[in-house]
Amino acid sequence: MDVKILLKQLFPAGHDVAFDGQFFHGTGETPRGKVAIIGSIDAAPIGVELAFRMADDVLKIVRDHPGRPILLLVDTQGQRLSRRDELLGINGYMAHLAKCLQLARNSGHRIIGLVYSEAVSGGFLASSLLADRCYALPEAQVKVMNLPAMSRITKIPLERLQELSMTSPVFAPGVLNYLKMGAVHSLWDGDLSERLAEALDAPAEGDRRRQWGEEREGRKLARSVSERVRHAAS
Amino acid sequence: MTSYYEASARERLHALLDKDSFREFLPPTERVVSPHLVQLDTPAAFDDGVIVGRATLDGRPVLVAAQEGGFMGGAVGEVHGAKLVGLLERARDEKPAAVLLLVESGGVRLHEANAGLIGVSEIMRAVLALRSEGVPVLVLDGGQFGCFGGMGIVARLCDAIVMSEEGRLGLSGPEVIETTCGVEEFDSRDRALVWRTVGGKHRYLLGEADALVADDIAAFREAAIGLLDTTPDLSLAALAAEHERLGARLQKFGALRDALDIWSALGVAKPEKLPLLEADAFNAVVAGKRA
Repeated sequence: MDVKILLKQLFPAGHDVAFDGQFFHGTGETPRGKVAIIGSIDAAPIGVELAFRMADDVLKIVRDHPGRPILLLVDTQGQRLSRRDELLGINGYMAHLAKCLQLARNSGHRIIGLVYSEAVSGGFLASSLLADRCYALPEAQVKVMNLPAMSRITKIPLERLQELSMTSPVFAPGVLNYLKMGAVHSLWDGDLSERLAEALDAPAEGDRRRQWGEEREGRKLARSVSERVRHAAS
Repeated sequence: MTSYYEASARERLHALLDKDSFREFLPPTERVVSPHLVQLDTPAAFDDGVIVGRATLDGRPVLVAAQEGGFMGGAVGEVHGAKLVGLLERARDEKPAAVLLLVESGGVRLHEANAGLIGVSEIMRAVLALRSEGVPVLVLDGGQFGCFGGMGIVARLCDAIVMSEEGRLGLSGPEVIETTCGVEEFDSRDRALVWRTVGGKHRYLLGEADALVADDIAAFREAAIGLLDTTPDLSLAALAAEHERLGARLQKFGALRDALDIWSALGVAKPEKLPLLEADAFNAVVAGKRA
């Protein structure tokens, strides 16, 4: 969905989002009050500058607008692949963004992620996957890697991967796989401003994605294995 | 002197921690394997490539995890990730002196890519939640596969990183960049270029790694002991200071093309000599010059 249409549907009472290249930010009006918006368009590769820019906004929100919820609308093809980004420590810039979001969480800000177009691998890790809850539009595309590339690297025949992807959510692209595995809480349709209000009303809770993955039978081991390690006799 | 680089994950734990103090949770005898690898006719491991447990370090209680690069490059799958998350959550209950992560990982395991990616994000959240409760998380990075992909982000979420020159730290590995962008962007067979771009010395000079040690497990142990009293700080002031440092890095080095240019800009007189220096000599030469 075009981001301008999306913003209109999410914030029928208005917003002041401003665009700067592939980055955008602003504030939206909701019946629950103002919501801070941080996002990207055009399947932006997330490099050092974009991660830094997003962190900058998060810090400003924490400093100037205590408690204001943060909505991440990040459209990304993944991390930017370049020697320069590695030289400058791109993983540290992404970690910094994650720490800033944790600061916001610890300071009482709700963090909501909505994948409205594309979310891939490291770009997904550095954004929507850090939200309290990540939601998605039904047409969103979510993946680590497409199957032909996966087949080349793992040396597993493409036909075998395609066949298995019919029954297993564990490796193939698809937002439904991420829903089933618990990473995406739910898909938003109908009145998006109502979905947003519901998300703002949802209780603040710890990371419940393993429970959801288990309940939906997409990730059957993550919860139980982590619990066994947590409580193992020693 | 025992090489950290050459050792297996179990050998590292054995030599790093206090003698006979390590107790493993979900040891290989429990046979907690990845069902997804089996489904793809790929050999599984009884520890899924990561060893987690408790021990003492210099007499202090620690929880510790070690990734085994020899199994699928230490890549994170569903079980592997869940073991790390469980250990980090256990630390919230037990409040040990620290959690040690002996990282060695190419990132997400493609055979179970979605589970691995979600698992890494759960590790990230668990590290941040644990640090928020005051328990430091220390990273040791000196293995053959380095620390890349999502684990590269995890490492930089922690309180401190100890590296050897042989350790590597980044997001996208050189091979991945070369395959996607071409050899002119990053020649992954140019070992000198790889080491000076993602290796321990550059990470230390940039201020990302907190200690640069020799490739010796005893040196890693000593550095880890020295970091046990680190106090996690995720306050606005601390993150604003980090923000300023990262902004300054973009300003000062953003237009430079090579680590040698950055080292030169930091005031190192003969940057081309740095890769040749042993850890002690290197530390002496770069003292006071780190970003």
